[in-house]
Amino acid sequence: MARSVNFDLNHPLIEYGLESPADEEGVHDSFNQLIAEQSQNEEMFDTFDQGPLGRRELDKEHQDFVYTSSPPHTFREREPDRGEYELEEYGEQTDPLIPERWSSDTLKILSSMPSRTIGRNRGAIISQYCNKTLQLRRRRQSKPADRVFSRSSRPSIRAYDLEADTTDSESRDLTKQDQLVNNLQNLSASDRERMLRGMPLCLTVKKKLRELASQKEKQTRSSSRINCCSHFKLCIIKSWYTWSSFIHSRQMWKVPLKRVSGRFGTGVLSYFLFLKTLLFFNVFLFLVMGTFLVLPQAVYPPEVPANRRSFSGLELLTGAGYFSDTVMYYGYYCNYTLHRNYNSSTQAWSTVKLPSYNMPLAYFFTIGMAFFITCIILVYSMSKSFGQSFRIDKSYSILAIKTFCSWDFRVIKKNSIKLLSENICTQLKELLGELKPKHGRNPWLERLRRLMVHCLAWLMCVAVTTGCVIGIYYFSDYMHIENQKQGAAQEASLLALPVLVSLINLLLPGLFNFAAWVEDYISPSVRTYVGLSRNLMLKVSVLGVLCYHWLGRIATDGTDYIKCWESFVGQELYRFLIVDFIFTLLDTLFGELLWRLFSDKILKRQRKPEFDIAKNVLDLIYGQTLAWLGVLFSPLLPAVQILKLLLLFYIKMSSVMMNCQAPRRPYRVSQMTTIFITLLCFPSFLGSSVCVTYAMWSIKPSESCGPFRRLQTMLKAGKQWMKQLAEENASLSPLASAHAYLVENPLFLFVGAGIFLIVIYFHSQVLDGQRKIITLLQEHIKNEGEDKKFLITRLQSIHEQKRPSARKLTNQDSTELQEDKPQFSNYYGSSTSG
Amino acid sequence: MGNKQTIFTAQQLDAYQDCTYFTRKEILRLFYRYRDLAPQLVPLDYTKQPDVKLPYELIGSMPELKDNPFRQRIAEVFSEDGQGNMTLDDFLDMFSVLSEMAPRDLKAYYAFKIYDFNNDDFLCKSDLEKTLNKLTRNELTEEEVRMVCEKVIDEADLDNDGRLSLEDFQHMIVRAPDFLSTFHIRI
Repeated sequence: MARSVNFDLNHPLIEYGLESPADEEGVHDSFNQLIAEQSQNEEMFDTFDQGPLGRRELDKEHQDFVYTSSPPHTFREREPDRGEYELEEYGEQTDPLIPERWSSDTLKILSSMPSRTIGRNRGAIISQYCNKTLQLRRRRQSKPADRVFSRSSRPSIRAYDLEADTTDSESRDLTKQDQLVNNLQNLSASDRERMLRGMPLCLTVKKKLRELASQKEKQTRSSSRINCCSHFKLCIIKSWYTWSSFIHSRQMWKVPLKRVSGRFGTGVLSYFLFLKTLLFFNVFLFLVMGTFLVLPQAVYPPEVPANRRSFSGLELLTGAGYFSDTVMYYGYYCNYTLHRNYNSSTQAWSTVKLPSYNMPLAYFFTIGMAFFITCIILVYSMSKSFGQSFRIDKSYSILAIKTFCSWDFRVIKKNSIKLLSENICTQLKELLGELKPKHGRNPWLERLRRLMVHCLAWLMCVAVTTGCVIGIYYFSDYMHIENQKQGAAQEASLLALPVLVSLINLLLPGLFNFAAWVEDYISPSVRTYVGLSRNLMLKVSVLGVLCYHWLGRIATDGTDYIKCWESFVGQELYRFLIVDFIFTLLDTLFGELLWRLFSDKILKRQRKPEFDIAKNVLDLIYGQTLAWLGVLFSPLLPAVQILKLLLLFYIKMSSVMMNCQAPRRPYRVSQMTTIFITLLCFPSFLGSSVCVTYAMWSIKPSESCGPFRRLQTMLKAGKQWMKQLAEENASLSPLASAHAYLVENPLFLFVGAGIFLIVIYFHSQVLDGQRKIITLLQEHIKNEGEDKKFLITRLQSIHEQKRPSARKLTNQDSTELQEDKPQFSNYYGSSTSG
Repeated sequence: MGNKQTIFTAQQLDAYQDCTYFTRKEILRLFYRYRDLAPQLVPLDYTKQPDVKLPYELIGSMPELKDNPFRQRIAEVFSEDGQGNMTLDDFLDMFSVLSEMAPRDLKAYYAFKIYDFNNDDFLCKSDLEKTLNKLTRNELTEEEVRMVCEKVIDEADLDNDGRLSLEDFQHMIVRAPDFLSTFHIRI
């Protein structure tokens, strides 16, 4: 670690509270004027001859060379330091132009260029934010701007535009600060806080600004009437802030998450954060279901059927038995308006009158509302995540991004940091290797070979997946027929199908990994995507065939041995969830713990198994799909899922800490998180909501159980209610007819979808236009840079032309100058060797 | 919130809350972390705003920063004296910028300052070389370091002056969605 870094004493950060390094007003005269000034100076110098005045002139040049911002400042070696740099760089790039060092005036100009003063010192930052707050204020007040402020961040020029009078830079800074305070005070509270927090100034300065702004606000507030609207808004904002800070401070699992991120980095952390997100979705579902369905039905229990079974331990696994006649499943819910409860001990209906509650309607609307709100939350988080990671311009700066953005500051443990350094080193080497031209023996043959291998691997994966899916189809058919023959479903044999499916889900990804290893992808991200798509294909097809089995087979012709098919499907989903959890545990045990012990003791390798983030996240998504599918048939399924996720968190956390190491392959967190949220929204949520909608729309509910018995379809409950409302209340009949014409008419949906597509097309055109503008602007910036270089070299050459006499002096006294400036060479040396 | 704490006045806590991305509880927790570094130097009563500065060695020994190769630069950038000796304000500022809620522009600004080793407000070749060496613990060869530096400047330098200014850096950061999640220290 370089502790002995050379710091010049007059570090700009030390002078944080002082003004900008250069006289800003001197900068913005046009170059013509400056050159004219210089030519005047040259004429003056030409009239002098050598001797003491010549000496004085040399001193002046010496002094100029050691330029300081203003006389009161102490000696600052920063300017010539940079000037020397400038010299070296321009010397390298524009060879024929600059043989020697720049003159003092050129250096003066260069050091006070606006681009040098942007955002680096307090004066410039305050100017910049002054203008930003002014813009914000104008935007909020929707007044037409007097001048069009450019969006470039060149505060000095704009500062010059705003006020041309003040010449003293210190008083100018104070005026700027006053302006900033004034602007801040005129913003709304939330804007002001956002601006204050976002300013890159030190905390002491920010506190002072805030104090000044609130002081003035108090003064103005006392004199003017507070608008009651804004007061109300302020209350709302304050309460929102306290609520969100409360939520934030109650962060769940803060310490374990910090430990994980400290040791494994952001990639593995994203898995646990995804788990937390899923937990919140399930908590929401559970609260909704519990309040609107489970609680009322539990308060008004219906008549208990005679053949209710007693509790035996197998229920926890199969979900049948005792559980089938409880609030857990669809079959328990009543299809009438609840207004009295049944006392099971006296076997009679109570006579106490309680508030009535229309159960079928409540069931219908609760499910609809839960899905609708979940959809909105998902789409919102997906679009937010997408917006963060999607970039519209095509240019890549891979190496630059890798250099500056790949260091994970969250990693704390020493070994992990070492691993991270090695990873970055490897990635940089790989990227450099890609840059070098490849010399293949025969690139066409190589490519053909790779193509063949890829095709073969894909073919194998697809074939195996199809085979497994067909296997599940026939096995479920076989089980179905068996159960029909026997007339009832055996308790333990119900577990056969879930076990088979979970086994397939466990073993096939291993096969896919093996195929990917054989294929030997060059790019690690392509490998990740291919693995992800194969797993996804497997899970989607498995879920598809299962949905067909439940909704197509059992719901329609399973009625021989199943009295209540919805409860049966609910139980199936419960079984699937539980068995999936058990298999995940087994996988963690064998895949991670035993593998680590095996490789430690027997193979004696230092490397622990890696935590496969993509596979684990896909497993979570699969489990959540099952939960969403089952909500209609088993309102308490979200509670089961919550328990499962909680246990999974702790088990995975301890397993990861004990058995795994950080992934060696690079993992692009932001992109992968977006992909996972998208996968959660599109195949997972969309699929389950399509299935649920199909179940509600087309399938006949069972006759003897559930809140929709004796109806044609579940949707009819809503329609019935509409009709009932229209009959009871004549003024609501337009609503009923609107419902009949709009919601049930397919034309409405077509038109809606058409408008949606047009909007998407429009936005994509806007994006194309923005891409074009970005390339144009990049060209523009490049040209500006060229202009800058050109002007500087011209300035220097003009200066040199005008002072041929000065050359003689410098040559004569060059030795003296060398003696006088040993410290410059020191600084020069220190700055280059750094 | 009803808990009586005498470390800060209510106005001080309000000011901290408004100027950083932390809540009251977090500010108090951070204060205790700051104090734990040197209990004999840091008083328990900050109402009179005592002028206490912890030396860099203590800051650099925090578990969150201990093994980070950029810890010295981080401390220097956020300290008032530029040497890494931090007051409580600097400490809070540092962790506020490095927290989850800080916006990208603010983080990009400070990241730029951290990587600017010679403090000339530009990321020149030597800055890049030092950054790379710190990132890879000097594992890359000279040749590789040189090539990477050239390529980085080539990719990110928009106005072709041979080094990266703050705007170039911010433009590049905008295209790196991972930056927000990696430039984050949890405390």
